[in-house]
Amino acid sequence: MRRVAKLSAACLTTAALALAATACGKTSSDDASSSSSSGGGKGGVKIGLAYDVGGRGDRSFNDSAARGADKAEKQFGGSIKELTAKTSDTEADREQRLQDLADAGYNPIVAVGYAYAPSVQKIAAKYPKTSFGIVDSVVDGKNIDSITFTEEQSSYLAGVAAALKTKKNHIGFIGGVDNPLIKKFQAGYAQGVHDTNPKVKVDVQYLSHGQDTSGFSSPDKGQQAAQGMLDNGADVIYTAAGSSGTGAIEAVNGVKGAWAIGVDSDQYNIPGMEKYKSSILTSAVKNVDVGVFDFIQSVKNGKPLSGNNVYSLAKGGVSLATSGGYLKDIQPKLDAAKQQIVDGKIKVKTTP
Amino acid sequence: MNKLTSRIDKERLLLGIAAPLLAIVAALVITALVILATGKNPGPAFSDMLNYGFASDSQVYILNKATTYYLAGVSVAIGFRMNLFNIGVDGQYRLAAFFAAVLGGALTLPGWLSVLLILICAMATGAVWAAIAGVLKVTRGVSEVISTIMLNSIATAVIAYLLQPGKLAQLQQGGTVVATKPLPSASHFFNIDTGPSGELWGFIVIAALVGIAYWFVLGRTRFGYDLRTVGQSESAAAASGVSVKKMVATSMIISGAVAGLIGMPTLLNDSYQYSADFPTGIGFTGIAIALLGRNNPIGIALGALLWGFLERTTNHLEFQGYDKEILGVIQGVIVLCVVIAYEVVRRYGLKRQQQRVGAELAAQVAAAPMKKQEVA
Repeated sequence: MRRVAKLSAACLTTAALALAATACGKTSSDDASSSSSSGGGKGGVKIGLAYDVGGRGDRSFNDSAARGADKAEKQFGGSIKELTAKTSDTEADREQRLQDLADAGYNPIVAVGYAYAPSVQKIAAKYPKTSFGIVDSVVDGKNIDSITFTEEQSSYLAGVAAALKTKKNHIGFIGGVDNPLIKKFQAGYAQGVHDTNPKVKVDVQYLSHGQDTSGFSSPDKGQQAAQGMLDNGADVIYTAAGSSGTGAIEAVNGVKGAWAIGVDSDQYNIPGMEKYKSSILTSAVKNVDVGVFDFIQSVKNGKPLSGNNVYSLAKGGVSLATSGGYLKDIQPKLDAAKQQIVDGKIKVKTTP
Repeated sequence: MNKLTSRIDKERLLLGIAAPLLAIVAALVITALVILATGKNPGPAFSDMLNYGFASDSQVYILNKATTYYLAGVSVAIGFRMNLFNIGVDGQYRLAAFFAAVLGGALTLPGWLSVLLILICAMATGAVWAAIAGVLKVTRGVSEVISTIMLNSIATAVIAYLLQPGKLAQLQQGGTVVATKPLPSASHFFNIDTGPSGELWGFIVIAALVGIAYWFVLGRTRFGYDLRTVGQSESAAAASGVSVKKMVATSMIISGAVAGLIGMPTLLNDSYQYSADFPTGIGFTGIAIALLGRNNPIGIALGALLWGFLERTTNHLEFQGYDKEILGVIQGVIVLCVVIAYEVVRRYGLKRQQQRVGAELAAQVAAAPMKKQEVA
């Protein structure tokens, strides 16, 4: 009897294949092309956003990109279409996401996160009339704007601030995942500390390793790591770990005289962080929103940016937040350090 | 008597078709309710899934995805047939893909030879990693569920340690991606170019061969018979002279060797390197697909295709404004429905059979006291 079952299964498969064969030759883009031509004429910009894992609402990196797109939407009118990555994604999924956006006539399309680099390269070549932006990576192409940031420079300033504010000559750095991007933060921070006061000891801890990216989204891990450093005697802790940072800030808030340094967004002003404001010394801000907005604006004005646009300290792409006024006493020293970086007198390392 | 057997057969066939049908209908209804609950209309969602899913580029995507998923499903199913729950497929394939990628990047042999070596390396790595759990089970009685889960974490840590610039990996342009040295183009596996629809991975051939081997070894050899016997009853197998311990260790190793192949379509046909964004979690997808396919080689293929179809189409549903989480809901619902539907149909069939045999016997007892029993 199993033979009959197998036979019927075989028939089913053949039928499915036959059905598939009839559909061959017609790709999904053929279906979509009609809608894309009708969508473009309304003025405004149709912004396509492909987020990294986490998406809008992560209070950190993706949110920052979303702010830039929101601002552009408000200013120029138009619409935003957002798609978000999953952890099980393969190259094909990322390509599909970009292609769906391109097919539907979204222009510009912003890929948020370095994971999109190969797919942007491929899809941008396929859609030469669409402008693509990629955050945190460099991809060559006439219609690609590579938006990168000098995180090490703002981290350097954070290090200067930490070295000046520590009373125990002992501070900490918490990274989300030990990837090259986060190591840039660590390198800049450590250099800033060392150049200011070589006696200060820097503890370094990463919350997760390799492919395990949970370190970017585990406030509990952030809290434990920060607590451990505080118990060991550190009194300023810089956390570059996405939403795990909130846990670290919470732990720091429990110790009198200790300071936390935030990352990516100005965490002093982020909703939900009000309770801990008194402990947030400053934040190493990475203005992804500026990069995204600039790119959308350039497309709107008919002169799409392309090549590698580095958002450095000099251009205001990265900065050290001053909200709260806790840095007032050391501001002159910070300004001096900033000037030296801008002038190129201080070269900040990108690897620890 | 002849009439009777043919009647039972027809009914069994009907029951065989009823189970998957019931599962699909139930899954559709529940999914529709979930979509309704989110305040959207399920009708357009389903029609969009069909339209988009059967476009030619979607077909290529689905076949490519299914290639990977099929290997994962078979790997898990080998354990299942043996009553072993190999949760460690996830760690096995990642570690295997990593070492295969390292080896592939270092090799400068003629193409076919290095492809062969890469495959052997991957299967060996997967087998060794699975063997740890197998040996622990037969020598120390450690449950393979516990040990394989832990080995998954250890695999993650090992890869994280070695996937660093200066160790077995290098920093790529842009300074944000760490990856193993890319394979030379000679050791890429062949792709079938389908024009505008994209490239179909040639590895689908290997996946099909693995499926045939799985069917043959389990269904047509002494080894497969022993394996299935141990899965059904260890004591009965031991009594009939099968070494249970040897079978446990061997099947774990085979499961691991097949698991080693899971990462190969991605490595040899697509990424050509192992980086931090190499797909993870496929081992767990494999568990769902093996359940869905009832450990049957054709069933697993259908399950893998269905999985690919769902991923492709729900990616597009997000684009149409539906919530992206709907994918997880549909997948979970389908697996549950399949498991429940088969159990319900099995019990129903058993009950029917018992009733009929009972009635038959009663009738025969009335006619002639001794009659041979007709229990299937």
